[in-house]
Amino acid sequence: MIVWLLALLQALLAVALAPLLVGWVRKVKAWLQNRRGAPLLQPYADLRKLLTKDTRVAHTASPLFRVAPYIVFVATWLACVTVPLIALDLPTAGIADIIVLVGLLALARFFLALAGMDVGTAFGGMGASREMLISALAEPALLMAVFTLAMTAHSTSLVGVMEHHLTDGFLLRPSYLFAFGALVLVALAECGRIPIDNPATHLELTMVHEAMLLEYTGRYLALMEWAAWIKLLLYGVLLVNVFLPWGIATAFTPTALALGLIAVVVKLALLGAALAVGETVTAKMRLFRVPGFLNLALLLGLLGLLSHVILEVGA
Amino acid sequence: MIADPSLSLALFAVLLALASAAVAPLAGRRPRLLRRGAVPLLGMAGAMALVAGLWTLSAGTSASAILPLGLPWLPWHVRLDPLAAVFLVLIGLVTTAVGFYGRDYVRDFERGRDSLTALGGFSGLFLAGMLLVVLADDAFVFMVAWELMSLASYFLVAFQHEQAANRRAAFLYLLMAHIGGLAILLGFGVLAGFGGGFDFASLRAAELSPLWAGVAFALALLGFGMKAGLVPLHAWLPEAHPVAPSHISALMSGVMLKVAVYGFIRVVFDLNGAVHWSWGVALIGIGGLSALVGVLFALMQTDLKRLLAYSSVENLGIIFIALGLALLFQATAHSNLAALALVAALYHALNHALFKSLLFLGAGAILHSTHERDLDQMGGLLRRMPWTGSFFLIGCLSISALPPFNGFVSEWLIFQAALQAWNLDSGVLRSLVPIASAVLALTGALVAATFVKVYGIAFLGQARSRHVRRARPSPRGMWVGQGLLAAFCVLFGVLPTQILSLLDPIAVQLLGNGVPQADAGGWLWLTPISAETASYSAPLTILLLALIAGAAILWFRRRTSWRVRRCDPWDCGFAPPTPRMQYTAASFAQPIRRVFALLFVIDEAQETGADGVTRYRLKITDRTWGWLYLPLARTVDSASRQVARLQSGSVRVYLGWTLMTLLVLLWIIAL
Repeated sequence: MIVWLLALLQALLAVALAPLLVGWVRKVKAWLQNRRGAPLLQPYADLRKLLTKDTRVAHTASPLFRVAPYIVFVATWLACVTVPLIALDLPTAGIADIIVLVGLLALARFFLALAGMDVGTAFGGMGASREMLISALAEPALLMAVFTLAMTAHSTSLVGVMEHHLTDGFLLRPSYLFAFGALVLVALAECGRIPIDNPATHLELTMVHEAMLLEYTGRYLALMEWAAWIKLLLYGVLLVNVFLPWGIATAFTPTALALGLIAVVVKLALLGAALAVGETVTAKMRLFRVPGFLNLALLLGLLGLLSHVILEVGA
Repeated sequence: MIADPSLSLALFAVLLALASAAVAPLAGRRPRLLRRGAVPLLGMAGAMALVAGLWTLSAGTSASAILPLGLPWLPWHVRLDPLAAVFLVLIGLVTTAVGFYGRDYVRDFERGRDSLTALGGFSGLFLAGMLLVVLADDAFVFMVAWELMSLASYFLVAFQHEQAANRRAAFLYLLMAHIGGLAILLGFGVLAGFGGGFDFASLRAAELSPLWAGVAFALALLGFGMKAGLVPLHAWLPEAHPVAPSHISALMSGVMLKVAVYGFIRVVFDLNGAVHWSWGVALIGIGGLSALVGVLFALMQTDLKRLLAYSSVENLGIIFIALGLALLFQATAHSNLAALALVAALYHALNHALFKSLLFLGAGAILHSTHERDLDQMGGLLRRMPWTGSFFLIGCLSISALPPFNGFVSEWLIFQAALQAWNLDSGVLRSLVPIASAVLALTGALVAATFVKVYGIAFLGQARSRHVRRARPSPRGMWVGQGLLAAFCVLFGVLPTQILSLLDPIAVQLLGNGVPQADAGGWLWLTPISAETASYSAPLTILLLALIAGAAILWFRRRTSWRVRRCDPWDCGFAPPTPRMQYTAASFAQPIRRVFALLFVIDEAQETGADGVTRYRLKITDRTWGWLYLPLARTVDSASRQVARLQSGSVRVYLGWTLMTLLVLLWIIAL
């Protein structure tokens, strides 16, 4: 019972932390650009404002348009719930392994793209078409990176992978380095960050994610934005907790849990700062340069897998 | 005569299908008889087959019988074992739904000029042929039933034969089906040559040398692969399947392709006992190619039914990847992993039958209401046809392998089987299998893109033509048929452990090893290898999804004013969008077309006609035509021209040839 309660707490924590991570990235970016920037807690205020506003829906929208935000939000959240955030062996992790997690994110993306096409504007279709291209190229790279981890740990469950990592100690495996590189590139693409997409843009022809949300207002927009932030948090946690799981609570004692929380917050803060630096020093690329970027991710993933199979299995 | 009740039930289903065919000739005079007699009989035959299959699967037994039909020295052997039973279930499920759907769908043809006798009669024969293929227990019955199935479906493809394109598609189909049939016959011949008899028991007992076993495998792959539409033998499929009436397209794509899978499993896993690992590699390669090429061409199509046909090529590719994994693991003595891969293949076969039939029935409903197959004319259909739209969405989600629907479970199982490749000893194989799973991942993502396109263009947005804007909801029988299949799509996705335990006897029968550990953690948790390795809990996922969504909505109800105002679309503040400004099917696929341009022959141009109107033209052709089919056709043409030289018109030359032949034959006998 207590473990399920903990799982619920962790699930709520992920939702609560997501806007903070986004606020932090924006703040660091502002500092790097010599601006003061919006307050750290601005995303919470944005959410509150959107949630209390009236909602407007286009005449041409179908019922799917109004259901989609809930499905997107819930599927993304559920994917996030299955990722160990502060404690390792919670029962929710058994609901889904890494492949199911990718599937849940795909479910969210499917409805996001459909919602973009629903109103029947040119921008929505454009965003959906581009999003599906990017995801089609990113998904194999993501799964290659994930398979490298899974084959090392002989398990596709995230807990299995992290436990394997913890018991093995810190080993600099070449396959992990490649997989990490692949996962970083995929995370940038999937979360719609620079250089693939710009979350701050509203310049019509460069939008991908924003183009699909163009017709949303009020609480629907809040849900969609929040889901995108949760997704950013999810990829961040995947990167820091799978490759560097140290600090995560393996026992359910208060000190271990507190330590786990501090560890993940510090790791995410560092990762967020790195993301801000990366976004400051690079420029967004043309859409048809994206396949090259993601092929690099796929190549890294494949190299990781092959180096695991060739170098590490027999040894 | 026949002791086993489930076998007699199955044979009764065949009789019902034949009865449905027998009623049809009367429909020429009384058109209603097709709707009131032939189609319901077809549905009942399906229901019987379903019951017989489920009975056998739950009992886990097999029964055989000898029918007093056929050749004097070779009576008909029939047998119903778990493998046959699962395919009976598959045929039965889809045919029952088609029975409901067809009653309203064929009403369209009552007023038309097309022959109702042909439609009803050949549908019945087609179903009887498919059921008999599955029940056959000797090569003779198998081939007779196979040809019955192929010929009956040829006439159904040629049903609307006034259009030249349909006649051409039907001829191509007939040609390919017969080359395939020939390969299957030769394959049986190889097995029978060593076995000493044509019944499956003696074929099974045949001791083949590795070379001949390989020949038998290659012939089976060629023959069944041609029927299953594997690349590069797929060219007939996207031509033939779309031109049949939609409920028949559902049967062809959903069921007949699975009968080919059945034949392949029967010959390779059951009859041709000794397996070699290289066969598995060949299957994985061909399957991967089919999956990728199939989905990329599906993505490029703008004709809805043609798109669905190409997507069948992709799904059959996925099934053959899983079968290849099963062969690979079986040949390297990992029979528990082989069992997992085989069960995954069967699961995906069942799933594909369900969702592809559902989608074809949906396409038929659109065709019925709007007389439109072109995606670029559709739009906004969800609001015009809410039932069809909702069921079609379930089909799209299932085929895109999204949790918690059925397509996801089978693809997840295939991934799990592929990830066990570290058990293999050979380093080459260990790295090959994960690459195959990368292809599978790419395929999965492209399928999602394809069906976002289909659903977004056809059902969402605004209508792109006037007749689509006036679409009416389809009659009740049609959406009942779709609803049945949609319900099974959800059921197969949410209860994976139950389905796996139904499929388990087949793995035990063919490989001597099942997947008993799959529900070790209780029915809620699917654990194909062990709980530590991987687990997936679809019912819990659904429950959590529903709970969280409910809680979220409740919270919002409390917190905010539940007011929604309607307004014009924003669209960045430009002029109000017209339906013509929407993305079309072709423009949606444009980025992917550009990225994978090497695979297609793209003919794209802007032409200004004599009337001064500029039109955009886009035609995408399969490269296999230029690489394989046209050279082959030219070779056959020139060879036949050489042979035609014999035909000089002089009687003396002909007599000379006859004498020569006689002498050669006498010489052969004398040897």
